[in-house]
Amino acid sequence: MSRMETGASVMVAAGLGLFVLAGFLAGYLPVSHLARIEYSSLDKVAPAPSPDFIELSKRYPEAFKAAFGAPTKAAFHDALRTARDRYIAEACWHCHSQYVRPVSNEDQRFGKVSWAAEYRNEMFLPHLFGTRRVGPDLIRESGKHGNDWHVAHFMDPTLVAPASVMPRYTWFFDGDMPNKTGLAMITYMQWLGSWATPEALAAQAEKRSEP
Amino acid sequence: MKGLDAAMNAIPSRLVDRPIIKAHMAAGFAFFLVSLFAGMLYALQLTRLYPFPGVELLSPGRFRMLHTNAVAYGFLINLFIAVLYWVVPRLTGHPVLSARLSRLIFVAWQLIVLATALGIMGGHAQAIEWGETPTFVDHFAVVGVLLLVVNVATSILRTRGEKVYVSLWYFGAMLVWTPLVYVMGNYLPQYFIPGAGGAAVTGMYIHDLVGLSVTPLGWGMVYYFVPLILERPIWSHTLSLIGFWGLAFFYPLTGIHHFYYSPIPMYAQYGAMMSTIAIEVVVFTVIVNFFMTLRGRGHLLRTSLPTRWFFVGMVNYFITCLQCAFHTTLPFQRIIHFSDWVVGHAHLVMFGVFGFWLIGGITYLWPKLCNRSWYSPALNSWNFWLSAIGLTLMFIDLTAAGLVQGFMWRDLAQWEKSVIASMPFWHARTLAGTMIVTGQLLQGYNMWITARMPESPPEVERQVAASAA
Repeated sequence: MSRMETGASVMVAAGLGLFVLAGFLAGYLPVSHLARIEYSSLDKVAPAPSPDFIELSKRYPEAFKAAFGAPTKAAFHDALRTARDRYIAEACWHCHSQYVRPVSNEDQRFGKVSWAAEYRNEMFLPHLFGTRRVGPDLIRESGKHGNDWHVAHFMDPTLVAPASVMPRYTWFFDGDMPNKTGLAMITYMQWLGSWATPEALAAQAEKRSEP
Repeated sequence: MKGLDAAMNAIPSRLVDRPIIKAHMAAGFAFFLVSLFAGMLYALQLTRLYPFPGVELLSPGRFRMLHTNAVAYGFLINLFIAVLYWVVPRLTGHPVLSARLSRLIFVAWQLIVLATALGIMGGHAQAIEWGETPTFVDHFAVVGVLLLVVNVATSILRTRGEKVYVSLWYFGAMLVWTPLVYVMGNYLPQYFIPGAGGAAVTGMYIHDLVGLSVTPLGWGMVYYFVPLILERPIWSHTLSLIGFWGLAFFYPLTGIHHFYYSPIPMYAQYGAMMSTIAIEVVVFTVIVNFFMTLRGRGHLLRTSLPTRWFFVGMVNYFITCLQCAFHTTLPFQRIIHFSDWVVGHAHLVMFGVFGFWLIGGITYLWPKLCNRSWYSPALNSWNFWLSAIGLTLMFIDLTAAGLVQGFMWRDLAQWEKSVIASMPFWHARTLAGTMIVTGQLLQGYNMWITARMPESPPEVERQVAASAA
């Protein structure tokens, strides 16, 4: 029994053994369960340049050309990846969550309740669920506001939301015009949740019924 | 037991490396002040009083990440390294592996923390909560942690075959857990596991960092320092061991409670909920042990400032764990999730419990490390009251704010209305934060002046001289 109480045995049994057990129960089980859902590349969740992306190319032709060239699919993906990285760097995810819960009337406020398959794609590696909402959830942001609203909002949130405590992101702009970061961020906002369509839900439901 | 205290401090320098402990303590406290400063700035943003609007490199969102990372990696880790270096050689009778390695770790770790701070402010944060450490710093942080493990675990492993005191159980397990937790949290969701599965792993990371690094170090520290400060053995050794196995079993299972009602499978969420409630029961082992050890020595609360820090930390621990056992359940989560309630809880546990214990440790150790008495015990006392009142105010304020926000959200109030309703609470939080910052600045000033005062003879020699006279 005394052999059990040495430093080494404690380190192996508790340190390694119980950690691996927990890793299996709370990590491996849910992760492998979720991994049954097919992983999508950007091609699937962003199959074509969005209307908002194309609209930005017309509204800010010079800035857009300098940043992305033409509004192609490759440029669209470049914008989404750029914005996702910036969304992380600016800690947007510390004040905005990206999942709608099935409680507290969140479906009425934000839109459809989130489901797991939405997140099995490149844009959620790493995931951006978030744990705090100073501002509203963003996973149903697509189409809620126009591009112009986003331009004003990033420049100075209080212009369109007087009580907002969000910082001004003036470095998303060159003068009055959104720069590459700004254009990318707006594209990303307009993309968030855009693939959560009734068709996607139906396809998902069909998949789920398979054995 | 005064004699024991003196004897423990008279341990020869070849066993305990005092200069490096002092360096970690000073660096840890400096990063603590940085963290408080960053937290204040973020609080000012929420009250729309931010002093540097529109400056990219001083963006409040980046300061928010600096705040938590400076506290985790700058303050807590540095202070815990200091505690390990002070305690482990004393309990094992073996010095750490190498004094030269200790110096290398010191320099490397400060560079890692600085690189983290600069990386975050420069816009290279990683999307892992409590692990915003830029991805290019992660690899160095892993190496740094491993070096520390090698350095300290060697002394524990050299006790081969002997029974070891419970503090070493906690420290030993923590030395295994910390690198595992760090690698799991910073690499898996970043490169390998997308979406909800990644969130499950991140949740484990957030809580394992608290539960498997900070908590075992904190408990080990309590079980070492409290008997010493109270000058009597711990009330129940058995209870402390039950606490150990309870922590080791339940804590790593709790992490998914950060993402209740998310698309993570519900069985995993229920599992996290049950183990979280279980861990609150386990926590009571250390709380009960502390208060039973304190019984009959309550007068020390008036005379001994370290006792007071540990005591208030323990009271806060009781509150935070009781609170947690309730708010980890789904009915609570519907309202308080995403709100300031959780922010209040995080401050209560990270500052009000572990921060208070560490400051108690600093109050006890700093004069011994400097071979001087405190320059001003009054300043220490000021810090205690400012921090304790400030933290209590902040906790109550943010908890109330969370309830207001949560119910307004559920009742479908316009989003901006919830921001307007939060404003008085956010102003009160800034005030509470100002009290804490003021207190800790006084503490820092006191540490600085104490270290620069002319050296007084060590306590042992004074006692020897006194007994001779």
